[in-house]
Amino acid sequence: MSLITPDFGLLFWMTLIFAIVFFVLAKFGFPLITGMVKKRSDRIEDSLRRAEEADRQLKEMAETHKRMLEEVRKEQARILNEAAASGEKIVQEAKEQARSQAATMIEQAREEIRIEQDTARRQLTGEVTALAIEVAEKLVRGHLDNADKQDALIERLIDEARASHQTTS
Amino acid sequence: MHRIKTILLLLALMLPFPAGASGHGTPSKPGELDMQSYLFGHVSDAYEWHITTINGHPVSFPLPCIVIDDGLHVFLSNHIEESGYRLNEEGKLVNAATGERPIDISITKNAFSLILSSILLVALILWTAGWYRKHDAMKEAPRGFAGLMEMLISMVTDDIIKEGVGKDYERYAPYLLTAFFFIFLNNLLGIVPFFPGGANVTGNIAVTLCLALCTFLAVNLFGNKHYYKDIFWPDVPTWLKVPLPLMPLIEIIGIFTKPFSLMVRLFANILAGHIMLLGVVAVIFVTAKLGPALNGSMTVISVLFGVFMDILELLVAFIQAYVFTMLSSVFIGLSRQEPEHETKIETTK
Repeated sequence: MSLITPDFGLLFWMTLIFAIVFFVLAKFGFPLITGMVKKRSDRIEDSLRRAEEADRQLKEMAETHKRMLEEVRKEQARILNEAAASGEKIVQEAKEQARSQAATMIEQAREEIRIEQDTARRQLTGEVTALAIEVAEKLVRGHLDNADKQDALIERLIDEARASHQTTS
Repeated sequence: MHRIKTILLLLALMLPFPAGASGHGTPSKPGELDMQSYLFGHVSDAYEWHITTINGHPVSFPLPCIVIDDGLHVFLSNHIEESGYRLNEEGKLVNAATGERPIDISITKNAFSLILSSILLVALILWTAGWYRKHDAMKEAPRGFAGLMEMLISMVTDDIIKEGVGKDYERYAPYLLTAFFFIFLNNLLGIVPFFPGGANVTGNIAVTLCLALCTFLAVNLFGNKHYYKDIFWPDVPTWLKVPLPLMPLIEIIGIFTKPFSLMVRLFANILAGHIMLLGVVAVIFVTAKLGPALNGSMTVISVLFGVFMDILELLVAFIQAYVFTMLSSVFIGLSRQEPEHETKIETTK
């Protein structure tokens, strides 16, 4: 039957036509299309990969940012605490210093006062003594203008001295 | 409902018309359907393109006959007798005087259909390729028809060729893609019942033989050492190879059965599809003499079956193109397989 015996003429044309079609499509058709499609799919894949990478980096950055912020906040708190502490300390120290200074000044003043007092007292004693001696001299000179009186006084003085000597011993 | 009726009517019109079927078979009584000439007239090749018959006058256009006998003779198919040739019982051109068959490279119905479909195919693919030339494919994906083509091409490349051939598949992709689209387009055109389509191109053994031959060449010309070693010295017990080369013989037969199966599968599937469709339509004309009631009901059934068969053929058109490409890529892939376990081979010896 002719259906299952390949006809030479048709085989000839088929071979020729298919060869031409194959040549044209393999040269100008399919490689261009498949190449472009492959390039695009590669590009899409690449873009996806890069997007993922960028996303990852962004997340990392956000993480770093957050960490840094936390650190800064901690640092800030620490500095504030420190400042407060050192301020207090300074005030305390100042107070302490003032107190001690005040104490020394008072002490000095007291000392000076005491020295002044001493000096004044000593001067006063000297002057009073000199005055007493002067008065006594004048008195004695008045009393002792004769020998009798002198002897009597000497006598009395000796007695007194003796008496006082006896009372003390 | 009205729309469905319209669609059914259109589809019924699209079914192959049997009216002009009386080809070159045995003459039958007028008014009676000659089943054999009806079926074979539609599925076999012809020197003219018969479109339909109106009021007993066949509407057809002649195609060039090219014959090498005692020199080259070129004439149109409606001048066969004048040119000193006639058709024999099989419908082939023979010399009228001697009755001998010349070298006949006429552009027959199938050859003409092949030319048309190939021009269409080349135009479609080059147009799609042109889209990529004109556009920056990096920035945009094609839409509309180019998008459809890209989808199909990507599908064939990724699902069939890459899977079947494996490494280095780009080298074979142009051939396999060409084969796929060639078969697919011709299958589809074969379903279209009127002029540009309707020829039984992929259901013709010469066409499938050529395609199978291409796969045969692709497999055997580029097969690697391992492939040929497996044919002539396969890894089987030695007594299967020497003194009687049983396994090599089977392997060598295998080289030819693979493309042979490709050839027959495509041919038989498409031919069977065409004959089924024609048979379903023929029911209308066979039952014509059984009375209007039976004929009417059978017509309805025939149209419904025809619609079903047409849709099935659409599916088959795709499946056969798919299967041919897939098996071709698998055969190519097998011919390029690298040996897996050298040590295992030693132990089996």
